[in-house]
Amino acid sequence: MPSGIGPVANPKPDSSPRPASEPEASESSRLIKRHSLGTRLWHWTNFLCLIVLLMSGLQIFNAHPALYWGEQSGFSDPFIAIHAQAGNDGEQRGVVRVAGYTLDTTGVLGLSDDNGQLRQRAFPRWATLPGDKWLTMGRNWHFLAGWIFAPSVVAYLLYTVISRHRRGSIFPTRRQLRAIPRTLVDHARFRFHHEADYNGIQKLTYVLVLFVLLPMMILTGLTMSPSINAAWPLLTELFGGRQSARTLHFIFAFSLVGFFFVHIALVLVSGVFNNLRSMVTGRYRITERPAGPVNREDSHE
Amino acid sequence: MSKPESSGPNRSRRRLLSGMAALGAGSLLAGCDRITDNASVKRALGSVEQLTYKAQRLIASRQALAQEFDKSQIAPVFRPNGTTNPQEDYYRAWVESDFADWRLTIDGLVEEPMTLSLDELGAMPSRTQITRHDCVEGWSCIGQWTGVPLADLLDRVRPRDQARFVVFHCADHTYGGSDLYYESLDMVEAYHPQTILAYALNDAALPVANGAPLRLRAERQLGYKQAKYVMRVELVDSFKNIHGGKGGYWEDRGYDWWAGI
Repeated sequence: MPSGIGPVANPKPDSSPRPASEPEASESSRLIKRHSLGTRLWHWTNFLCLIVLLMSGLQIFNAHPALYWGEQSGFSDPFIAIHAQAGNDGEQRGVVRVAGYTLDTTGVLGLSDDNGQLRQRAFPRWATLPGDKWLTMGRNWHFLAGWIFAPSVVAYLLYTVISRHRRGSIFPTRRQLRAIPRTLVDHARFRFHHEADYNGIQKLTYVLVLFVLLPMMILTGLTMSPSINAAWPLLTELFGGRQSARTLHFIFAFSLVGFFFVHIALVLVSGVFNNLRSMVTGRYRITERPAGPVNREDSHE
Repeated sequence: MSKPESSGPNRSRRRLLSGMAALGAGSLLAGCDRITDNASVKRALGSVEQLTYKAQRLIASRQALAQEFDKSQIAPVFRPNGTTNPQEDYYRAWVESDFADWRLTIDGLVEEPMTLSLDELGAMPSRTQITRHDCVEGWSCIGQWTGVPLADLLDRVRPRDQARFVVFHCADHTYGGSDLYYESLDMVEAYHPQTILAYALNDAALPVANGAPLRLRAERQLGYKQAKYVMRVELVDSFKNIHGGKGGYWEDRGYDWWAGI
């Protein structure tokens, strides 16, 4: 049997003395220190910040639930609009219009339950911070979390670029890139290898999130500020106008939501205890694999 | 809140760890709404405004200009917001007489208070700028404004040394409430070259919907700073005794005084 069998391939009852996600002792596993205290603090700070930023962002979006391309708002022809309108039967329906297509989203988007009453609001009250329609408080939360989030992202990225050790743990090696097809097949079979280093897919994903999505969130966010526009007009040019920046801010935000769900799913199926422990205490159990070439990842090419 | 008494000495660390993320997220959602209502939390959230204000003052120099646009980019209709048709008797009378009897008063902490008619304002050197209006709600609209640079008016009335803010008193009761609309700028923003009192939009006299006969344009600030129906400009050292004391109609209702973001 190959090593690195995940909890799905070999499930154990919850009452087992050994957590289901940990490999058998006979497979020669050991605990390593995977995440530094800084990384762990950064991870959980970001987790809190991103939730506050997302929910307060949806509150702000609700104040004008339409997105446009360019410098200004072409009110008659938005790229995306979420609102309520009368359906064929005269009843109010919640709808999302995207580039000409209309989707009925009653109950969630456009028209949803607001304290026991169906009300027009783009995102429902459970998704916004605060729950009530309250733009100023949404802005206050957004800027508070932004002031924690943005400096910590910038500091972390600088450190990651400067530190040789961090570079090695985030940027994929050529060997890892070549192994990506093999890693994909393993993932599709729910075979997760517990190793000290991330695999190529993980690394590419983290590079995309850390060096593209997070900086883009900050930059498109800054581009919506009129004072920043005066200070750094290049930003508006870069994104093709303030309304484009606002639309991209929304698209990048939902890309992060997408990453979040994939991330959670993989944390759950690839050994939730081991993964969570590594991000809380720093300790991660890896499986020592036999030295024979058959089981080596790079021999499968 | 009651907690289930399931925790014994043998509770596995695994369950603790696994529950942490879910617990954190769950209590965050419930907790944020609760603490939003706490007065000191409101103050703490508001203090972030000071940080943003100072940071933006640091990076946007006194002279940094808001982007100006081409005539071809002017929106077909400049979207009016807030009050669009004041119903006050005095205002209706001004509209009837084409603002012939209307006067702008500039007073407060100045050496030489003055009143000016629309014709006198029109005779002063003017500035025309095609700029983007950014509403706090999120939308933007481009229009061309012509008016008197506020700096020129301030030079004529000569602010005293104690003057720290310029307050703009308006003619309209927003949403029929009891408070007149008002707004304010600090001296840096007041003397900015693109800060003008505009009497024309897109080469025509300012329409009633957009603030006739005179409105503020402070182009590095959000829309709610752009006071319409301006009647009086007052220089002050503090907002304490003006309406709600926060320096603006929306500020009195919780919005940030610093509208640069």
